[in-house]
Amino acid sequence: MTMLAPYRSERQTGRDGFTQLLRAEWTKFRTVRGWVIGMLVAALLIVGLGILTGANSECGIQLTPTSPSLACPAPPTGPGAGWVTDSFYFVRQPLAGDGSITVRVTSLTGLYWTHGVTPAGGSPTAGMAPGVQPWSKAGIMIKASTRPGAAYAAMMVTGSHGVRMQWDFTHDVAGSAGQVSAASPRWLRLTRSGDTITGYESADGVHWTRVGTATLARLPSTAQAGLFAASPGYSVSSTSLGGSSSTGGPTLATAGFNQVSRLGSWPAGRWTGQAIQGVTDNALPASAQGFMKAGGRLTVSGSGDIAPATDNTNSVKQTLAGTFAGLIAVVVIGVMFITAEYRRGLIWTTFTASPRRGRVLAAKAIVLAAVTFATGLVAAAVTIPVGEHLLHENGNPIYPLSILTVTRIVTGTAALLAVSAVLGLAVGTLLRRSAGAVTAVIVGIVLPYLLAVIPGVLPVGVGQWLVRVTPAAAFAIQQSVSQYPQVKATYTPGTGYFPLPPWAGFAVLCAWTALALILAVVLLRRRDA
Amino acid sequence: MTAVHAEWTKLRTLPGTGWLLLAAAALTAAGGAIAANSVSCPAGGCQVDPAKVSLTGIDLGQTVVAIVAVTVVSAEYSTGMIRLTLAAMPRRWLVLAAKAAVVGAATLVTGTVAVLASVQAGELLLARHGITAAHGYQALSLGQGPVLRAAVGSVLYLALIALFSVGVAAAVRDSAVAIGMVLALLYLFPIISNAVSPAWHRHLDQLSPMTAGLYIQVTADLRSLPLTPWQGLGVLAVWAAGAMLAGALLLRFRDA
Repeated sequence: MTMLAPYRSERQTGRDGFTQLLRAEWTKFRTVRGWVIGMLVAALLIVGLGILTGANSECGIQLTPTSPSLACPAPPTGPGAGWVTDSFYFVRQPLAGDGSITVRVTSLTGLYWTHGVTPAGGSPTAGMAPGVQPWSKAGIMIKASTRPGAAYAAMMVTGSHGVRMQWDFTHDVAGSAGQVSAASPRWLRLTRSGDTITGYESADGVHWTRVGTATLARLPSTAQAGLFAASPGYSVSSTSLGGSSSTGGPTLATAGFNQVSRLGSWPAGRWTGQAIQGVTDNALPASAQGFMKAGGRLTVSGSGDIAPATDNTNSVKQTLAGTFAGLIAVVVIGVMFITAEYRRGLIWTTFTASPRRGRVLAAKAIVLAAVTFATGLVAAAVTIPVGEHLLHENGNPIYPLSILTVTRIVTGTAALLAVSAVLGLAVGTLLRRSAGAVTAVIVGIVLPYLLAVIPGVLPVGVGQWLVRVTPAAAFAIQQSVSQYPQVKATYTPGTGYFPLPPWAGFAVLCAWTALALILAVVLLRRRDA
Repeated sequence: MTAVHAEWTKLRTLPGTGWLLLAAAALTAAGGAIAANSVSCPAGGCQVDPAKVSLTGIDLGQTVVAIVAVTVVSAEYSTGMIRLTLAAMPRRWLVLAAKAAVVGAATLVTGTVAVLASVQAGELLLARHGITAAHGYQALSLGQGPVLRAAVGSVLYLALIALFSVGVAAAVRDSAVAIGMVLALLYLFPIISNAVSPAWHRHLDQLSPMTAGLYIQVTADLRSLPLTPWQGLGVLAVWAAGAMLAGALLLRFRDA
C-alpha cells in the first residue's frame, strides 16, 4: 500500500504583504480618472471659494448698499501677537525706575443703558441707569507708555469677579472674591523691580497677600503708573429661532480711591488724567470720563475695556469657507472608493487576492487618507496667503496670527478632509450604497455646522451641543482667535468660537471615524462580499 | 401614461423606497419636534417664528427625499437597466418626465404627511414652551393664512427638491456624485454667504436654492427677507427646472 503525498503546487506563493496591498490600492485610485479629477476639483473648490470670499469681503460700514465700504482701522496690537481693546481712563504720572504704588479702593459703581438707547444730545451719560458690569474694573496700573496696546500690569477690583491681577491683555489671575464697598474696602499694591511687577492685595492695609507676578518684556526705565477705571460694553442678546438680536451700549465705571501712597522716584509729582482710546466702539466719549480729586480722595470714571480682542471675523480663516465644498467632494470619492468595487464586482477579485479583509480596508483607508491629506494641504497652503492678500487689498485689517496657529489651521484643514474621506470609506463599506453613505456622512458633518452657525436657526445651546458631539466638532481646528474667560463676548459657533479646543474637536471626528471603521471591519468579515 | 405606470412599478418594487420615504417623513417630524421642544422664552419676550420652528425638520427630511430621487435615476445606470428602459421607450425625455412625475407625486404624499405631523407636534410642544397667548402668540394652526402657506409651501419645497435631484442625477448618472452635487448646492450657499460681506450675503441668499426656498416657511418679520416667500420658492423652482432641463438634454444627446 503506497501513501500518496497530497498535491502541492510547485508555484511560489505570491507575496501578499501590506506593502503590496497599499500598492494595489494606490494603483486602483490613481487609474480611475474620475477620482483623480475629483481630488483636483476638491482642491480647486477650496482655493476658488477662498478667492471668492477673500475678494468679496469688504470691511467696514456701508452707508448705502451701493456705496463703497469704508476701510476700517486695525485695532491696536498688544505685546503678544493679537489685537487688543485698550480704552480706559488713566490717571497717571511717570515712575522712574523701581518703585511701588498702593491705594485703598472704597467703591466701584457704574452706569449703563438698559436698552442701548443713546440719547441724541445733552450729556453723554444722561438717561443711564445705575449698575456696575461684572467685568467693570478699576485699580492701579503700571504701563510702558500711554500708547494703546503698550505692555502693562494692573491690580484691580471688578464688578463681580473679585480682585484680579491682569497683565499684557491676556493674563488674568484671581485674587480674593467679593465686591468692594466702603464697609469692605480693598488695598491694592503694585511693585516694580526691573521688568518684574508684583501685585499684592490686602483687606486692612497691614496683612498683604501676593496675587501674581508679571514679567513685562522691554519695559522702559520710566513707565507710567497710576489709577484707572474701565467698563466694557453691556449687551443682552436674545438669540432664538427666527432671529437673534442684541441690544446694548457703552457703560461707565466710577471708582473711589483714597490713601494713595507712592514709593520710588516720581519726578512729575502730580496726577494727569487721560482717556486712552484704543478701540472706541463700546466706550463712551472722553468727555464722559475723567477724575476728581478732593482732599485725600480720588474718583476715577472710565469706559471701555483692557482686554484681548474677541472679534473673530477679520481672520484669514474666513477664506477657508471652501473647505466645505472640498469636503463634500472628498467624501464622495471616499465612498466611491469602496462602493465602486461592490458595483463592479471587483470586490470579489480583491478579497480573493487578499482574503484578510480588514487589511484591505486598512490599505484603502491609508491610501485615501494620504492622497486627501496631500490635496488638502496644498489647497489650504495656497488659499491662506492668497486670501490674506485679497483681504488686505480690500482694506480689511487682518487679525495677526502666529505661525503656529497658521500651521495648525492649514494642517488641521488637510487632516479634517483626510479623516472625513476615511469616514466616507467606512460608511460606504457599512452601507454598500453610494447615495445613502454620501448623504449620511455629509449630513453628519456639514448639517450640524450649518445649523449651529447660521444665526436664528437653532437656539444657541442646541447649536453648541451639536458642534460638540457630532463630527462637525472637527471644524474647531480652524478656530483662529482664542476665547478668554475674563472677556464677556458672544462666544458662539456663529461668531467663530467652538465649545471644544481645536484638537479635541478634531478628536471627535476621529472617534466617529474609528467607530465606523471598526464596525465596517466587523461587518466586512461576517458578511458575504 | 404607460411610461408613468412603468416608473411607478419600478419605484414601488424597489425594496428601499417605502422605508426611505417613511424615514423622510419621520425625520422631518422628529426634527421639527426637537426644534420646537428646544424653544425657550426668556423674560424679555421671545422672538420665535412658530411655523418655521415646527418645520425645521425639513432640513433633515429633504436629504432623504434627495436620496430617493437620485436613486430612481442612478440605480438604472448602475444596474444597466437604463438600456432596457430606453430601448422600450426611445423618447427619452418622456422617461425622465415619467420619473419626475412619479417621484414628485410620492414626495408630495410623503411631504404632506410629514408637514401635518410637524405642525401637530409644533402645536403641542410650542404651547408648552411659552409660545402662548400670554406672549402674544396665537396657537399654531393651519387655519391661519401664513401658517397654511408655510405648510403647503414646505410640501412643494420637498417636491421641488425631488425634481432638482432627479435632474442632477440624470445629468451626472453616478449616484454618489449626484447626491454629492445636490447636497453641495443646497448646503454650500448658506455657508459661503455667511463668510462674505453683507451685500454679497444678500445676493447669495437670493440665489441659494435652500435659503431662498425655505423663505416659504417664514411667517414673521417678512420685511427683513431679501425676497417674498413665494419668490423664494420660485428660486428653487428655477433651480429644479434648470436641473431637469440639463438632465433631459444630456439624456437626449448622450449615449446611455
